[in-house]
Amino acid sequence: MKSVRPGLPEFDYIRAETIEQVSELLKNGKPSRLLMGGTDVFVQMRDGAFSPAILVDVKHLPGMQSIQKTGNKGLRIGAAVDLNTLAGHPEVVKSFPLLAEAAQSVASYQLRSRATMGGNLCNASPAADTAPAALVLEAILVAQGSNGERRIPAHDFFTGPGQNALQDGEILTSIEIPPPPKGPVGRYLKLGRNAEGDLAIVGVAVLGYADKTSESGFRFRMALSSVAPTPIRVPTAEDILESRTIGDETISAAAQAARKTAKPIDDVRASAGYRSAMVEVHARRALHAVWTALGREA
Amino acid sequence: MATHKISLTVNGVLEQAEVPSNMVLLTLLRERLGLTGAKNGCAAGECGACTVIMDGEPVNSCLVLAVEADGSEIVTVEGLSSESGLDPLQEAMIEVSGTQCGFCTPGVLISARAFLDRTPSPSEDEIKEALRGNLCRCTGYVRIVESVKIAAKGG
Repeated sequence: MKSVRPGLPEFDYIRAETIEQVSELLKNGKPSRLLMGGTDVFVQMRDGAFSPAILVDVKHLPGMQSIQKTGNKGLRIGAAVDLNTLAGHPEVVKSFPLLAEAAQSVASYQLRSRATMGGNLCNASPAADTAPAALVLEAILVAQGSNGERRIPAHDFFTGPGQNALQDGEILTSIEIPPPPKGPVGRYLKLGRNAEGDLAIVGVAVLGYADKTSESGFRFRMALSSVAPTPIRVPTAEDILESRTIGDETISAAAQAARKTAKPIDDVRASAGYRSAMVEVHARRALHAVWTALGREA
Repeated sequence: MATHKISLTVNGVLEQAEVPSNMVLLTLLRERLGLTGAKNGCAAGECGACTVIMDGEPVNSCLVLAVEADGSEIVTVEGLSSESGLDPLQEAMIEVSGTQCGFCTPGVLISARAFLDRTPSPSEDEIKEALRGNLCRCTGYVRIVESVKIAAKGG
């Protein structure tokens, strides 16, 4: 463990005002890096992970810090909206409480006042707390580059640990959350080493809603963080919950399916074996919580 | 490396500085402005010892560039007291010995002040949640929470 972190390496800070300016800066050949809240970028730079010649601050680009309703009760969240604003926004709390819960689970209040949802997703940590919520809400990540706009479904965005689907010169400008299904219940359960905003050992997001067209009368979406090279959906568990009568047995089977889908590793926070066991436990708890809430409403 | 001319208000005083791109707000406050209340603990946004209020919201000043703070209003622990006396939080800390070695105290006071400003009558759980980004290595949390409760009740 390092006893003292060094200061930041040298770089030139540039506050970008337009997308075109960002594209130009990214094309000029100098090693560059985009800056939003800085809560990951600065820590990684101090730890020597990278040392860009130019740091391009993109959080002041038009629309990057606003939350707007789209048609049919969807939301467009600017990529640089900070996590406290996200967690406390009336429309998020009302229509997508799962997302508010996930944002609230990150680190501490003072870190969240700088950290952004776009940064959390672009950083593409397997442990990113807003990623499972983005996956089960089937968010669309909107990127802008010199060739215009590209819309990337959340399930195509995470390509490896720290890797995302953005191409050179592209930046994430917003996250669109499509209208929620009718009467949804969502939960994000996070297990850390302590209750103090640690990175997740296991994170489980579940969204459930009644749907007469499925065999069980319900549909569920489940996503996991921290137990695979990227945040992942769990289609095998979702299939079980849609095809069998829901009760303790079906929920246990779905939780076991989640455990089988997870590909955890050993790291400083937990062993692979412990993670594997905890995926099942937390998937079961999240499903029970959602099921109970749905049952009360049914 | 590029430098930037910035101006910001710190504890009510307009300050101007020319800062290199890689200077963080914490360094500007401590080494240029002589405000050594905020501490450099982990330099990673985990310990909260460097917490200051920026435009009304607490931030880890080790993770904000000085140039990013251009035009902002900053409050540090030095700005909590005035000629009329200490902040009720500081009075409460003294009353119940909410401070031990003192290293975390400025960050705790700033986080708690910002918290009470947005949540005047908090529950104990809300206090703990609000202070989860401020680590006390003396582990004096019980009295820290007690201090915030007393200050919330009006000292």
